[in-house]
Amino acid sequence: MERSLFSYIWRHSRPEQVVILLLVVLAQIFYFMSLTVPKSVINNGIQGNAFKDSKTIPFLVWELDLTAIFPGKVIRFFDGFQVDQLQYLVVMSFVFLGAVVVNGLFKKTINTQKGRMGERMLRRLRYELYDRILRFPPAHFRKVKQAELATMVKDEVEPLGGFIGDAFVQPMFLGGQALTAIIFIMMQNWLLGIIVIVLLAAQMAIIPRLRRPVLVLGRERQISARQLAGRIAETADGVHEIHIHGAANYERADISERLGRIFKIRFDLYQKKFVAKFWNNILSQATPFAIYLIGGYFAITGHMDVGAVVGVLLAYKDLPSPIKELIDWDQQRQDVQIKYEQVIDQFQPEGMMPPELQVIPEGPPPPLGKELALAGVVVSEDGRVKQLDSLSLTVPTNGRVAVIGGSGSGKEVLGYVLARQTLPASGSIRIDGKDFFQLPEYIIGARLAYVGQDTYLFPVSVRDNLLFGLKLRPVAPATYDEATRALRESFWKESERAGNPAFDPNADWVDYELAGATGPADLLPCMVRVLKQVELDEDIYSLGLRGTVDAKLRPDLAEKILKARHTLHEHLQDGTYAGLVEPFNKDHYNKNLSVAENLLFGTALGKQFDGDNLAADPYVLSVLKETGLDLELQRMGLTIAETMVELFSGLSPDNPLFEQYSFISADELPNVRLLLQRLGGKGIEAVPEADRIRLMTLPFRYIEARHRLGLIDAAMEERILGARRAFAEGLPDNLRDAVEFYDFERYNSAATLQDNILFGRLVYGQAQAGERIGTLIAQVFDELGLRDSVIEVGLEYNVGVGGKRLPASQRQKLGIARALIKRPELMVVNEAVAMFDGRTQDRIRDNILAGASEGNRGVFWIANRPSQAEPFEKIVVMQGGRVVAQGSPSELAAKGGLYAELMASA
Amino acid sequence: MNLNEEVELLKGVPIFSKVEQARLKLLAFTSERVNFGVGQEVCHQGDPGDTMYVILGGTADVLIDTPNGQITVAEMKRNSFFGEIAILCDVPRTATIKAKEPLATLKITKDMFYRLVAEFPEMAIEIMRELAHRLEDTNQKLRAATRAA
Repeated sequence: MERSLFSYIWRHSRPEQVVILLLVVLAQIFYFMSLTVPKSVINNGIQGNAFKDSKTIPFLVWELDLTAIFPGKVIRFFDGFQVDQLQYLVVMSFVFLGAVVVNGLFKKTINTQKGRMGERMLRRLRYELYDRILRFPPAHFRKVKQAELATMVKDEVEPLGGFIGDAFVQPMFLGGQALTAIIFIMMQNWLLGIIVIVLLAAQMAIIPRLRRPVLVLGRERQISARQLAGRIAETADGVHEIHIHGAANYERADISERLGRIFKIRFDLYQKKFVAKFWNNILSQATPFAIYLIGGYFAITGHMDVGAVVGVLLAYKDLPSPIKELIDWDQQRQDVQIKYEQVIDQFQPEGMMPPELQVIPEGPPPPLGKELALAGVVVSEDGRVKQLDSLSLTVPTNGRVAVIGGSGSGKEVLGYVLARQTLPASGSIRIDGKDFFQLPEYIIGARLAYVGQDTYLFPVSVRDNLLFGLKLRPVAPATYDEATRALRESFWKESERAGNPAFDPNADWVDYELAGATGPADLLPCMVRVLKQVELDEDIYSLGLRGTVDAKLRPDLAEKILKARHTLHEHLQDGTYAGLVEPFNKDHYNKNLSVAENLLFGTALGKQFDGDNLAADPYVLSVLKETGLDLELQRMGLTIAETMVELFSGLSPDNPLFEQYSFISADELPNVRLLLQRLGGKGIEAVPEADRIRLMTLPFRYIEARHRLGLIDAAMEERILGARRAFAEGLPDNLRDAVEFYDFERYNSAATLQDNILFGRLVYGQAQAGERIGTLIAQVFDELGLRDSVIEVGLEYNVGVGGKRLPASQRQKLGIARALIKRPELMVVNEAVAMFDGRTQDRIRDNILAGASEGNRGVFWIANRPSQAEPFEKIVVMQGGRVVAQGSPSELAAKGGLYAELMASA
Repeated sequence: MNLNEEVELLKGVPIFSKVEQARLKLLAFTSERVNFGVGQEVCHQGDPGDTMYVILGGTADVLIDTPNGQITVAEMKRNSFFGEIAILCDVPRTATIKAKEPLATLKITKDMFYRLVAEFPEMAIEIMRELAHRLEDTNQKLRAATRAA
């Protein structure tokens, strides 16, 4: 990247800058006109100077004056109209108005053009910076803080965008304006002009000097702000450590110190800025002082006419602002130049990957090669300790090789090198004679997979994470309708203008072939296969059960789940499952649902009937009143309140039992107790109206089977059923979308898959009901061949930032699956299974090996335990960064030595 | 069976016999009712236990492992309870309890019990008193036994 912001801007926006410059030059003509016209209006139109000799003068004379070349030669094309003084005044006033309008239009066009150009350049710069992040050498990320990178790309280049539009135009435009004004003044009176010029020159010499310290402080401000961003991100990343070690106040001290420094820098900046401003103001007022004094003197002595003095003053009125802006521009120029340098310095580390290695492949990526040969590879962190010491090794890419060694043997560093995460200090790695580090990324990405000890997941769905490694190039373009297509085309055109690639993220980037599928249709079995290999299928299945399916988008699946519901309910008729589930039945009160759920008898969509909102909903209240249930509920609420006061009185307010079991919160309990005391055992009729509403909401959460207060008898059930019917029948049209009623023959898009198939509630207090029904559901899905579809729903689960919504072991499994789904020619596993328990480690290893031998693909297994190496064809034993032995397990066993030692220790 | 009946049953448990009725009611309210089908095990001999059960209905077999296999040593009915020591200190289950008929129980967990005791120390005093009585009782029996021997 260019060191100078100006050459960067000039290189990427030359044609646009030229167009804008032309517009600016053109604009000056009209600007000049708007200056000269007032003089004519005053001198001729008002004072009538030109009408002293004749009543009318010609107006709009169009002639070509060639006297400079041919003396006395004037070609007159048009003699003009004859106008009298009044007509002249009117016409000239309109000419003035016209000039002002045209002037304004020019300004608008120029500003629009400048804005667009600036935004384009900003986009280009940001893209280039981001592009560079993708090409940073891996080791560089140990030195830079991610938050600082983000601040630079996002915030620090922002002011550059505003400046880029002005970089060339502003000095030209303002300079032109100032020059026009000065020329005009010179034309009126050269002496005045010279005085003005001298005063301006003094301003332009002194003010930048005053502003220099401001710039230095500005640079400090930028760096300290960037570091602050980095520090805040560190706090967020290490927040657990801070709490565990009770170091919050130490962190506070650090931040306070930093903020103090930033305050000082910023305050100094203010002070310096206002000192500069003060002198700026004084100096700019020196000029009108001179004009008043000297111009006035000329006017009085008759050397100048009054119109000319007014003209000079008018011209001068326009002079300070361009001059001031010009000085501002210069200030801004230096400021952004510093900002630019500060940013790009951080974006050109040594050893950046050349862009050619990251080109997008034309077709399917070529194979990796047959043999990987490492010769004399040395890796050392700081130039002293050698983590790999002249390591030489030949690995067939389709071989199944294990590496064992103690800690510090350098085996994991070997893994980093094979993943190209660490660059060797010397030595060579060749693949069929080609330099391994010069292979394009798409070949490595497609043909070689690497899994390390920790896996990063992107905050997208499980599916998108799983398929992440297949997205090397757009395989099929996205299909758009005519109108969208046109929009997209112009979007891409704009991208190209700003030097951004016109890649379409909406295109299908998934390389199905790599996964062994032919298209989107048969990708699911491939995904399920790898999930099984890493034993993640059960977990994703459970996620699927908790997921939802929109029946509008997947009518086929909804249909099948509905069928599964029927099958499940047939099974529930069996004696073995009797009493475990209470199905939803429109005509029965469900003891395992709350009163509110029984009333609504459906899933609330949106907020209207959700949770506690139900009790406050005007429609619900009207239904309760009509059916007379409100009084019953109030009575029930009174009983509950009495019970709660009896049970929970004396419990400390922060006791978790309140939250878990009480119908009344700890804060409210004293009020309710008071209410009950006032009531003194009298019935609901004695309760004031306001309190009744509160009491009525209490039973809404009451579940007979769980809370066992015996409040719902057969008569009460009947009444609630009556209200349920009234609620459904009278539901106004505008609320139809607020609830999805339970209907055995309908799929419920708002409910989870599990709730859909169950269509009922697990009965409270049945030992192991959850497990048994879970097994039954799994059995039903298996019978109907729906297991994969449930997994497909589970794949849509969003894993959260950094995959934090999945447990660590599932994250790691997903990372391994992501590598496996590519069916890589060589898979490097760098102690990636270490976090699982011993048996799981071995099972996953065996699954990976079985899959690899099936397709004659290679596995390079860096073992976290030596015993893992047993089933491999070839074992490499490492010690002190060198290979000390290699061969088949039997050969090595015969030799004994370190191999035998390691194996014995495992 | 509703809450009040459960409270009556809890009162029959010696360590709870002196505890205030309102506290027992809270204990019953916050505890879970668990039903077991015929043949289901409530707990298994040797497993760590931290829960006590009060039988609200049905019958259960008490089984003990012997070298010759499991044998039934007793039967438990409504009002019986077991595992009351387990909520005070961790002891492995001394027998397997299996539902003979559909069995309804009230499951009182150690956590819930501790939470209530922490909240109402007088409960702990009542329980201590009861345990002291039991200890004294055992001591007397021991003295009688040693004297007899």
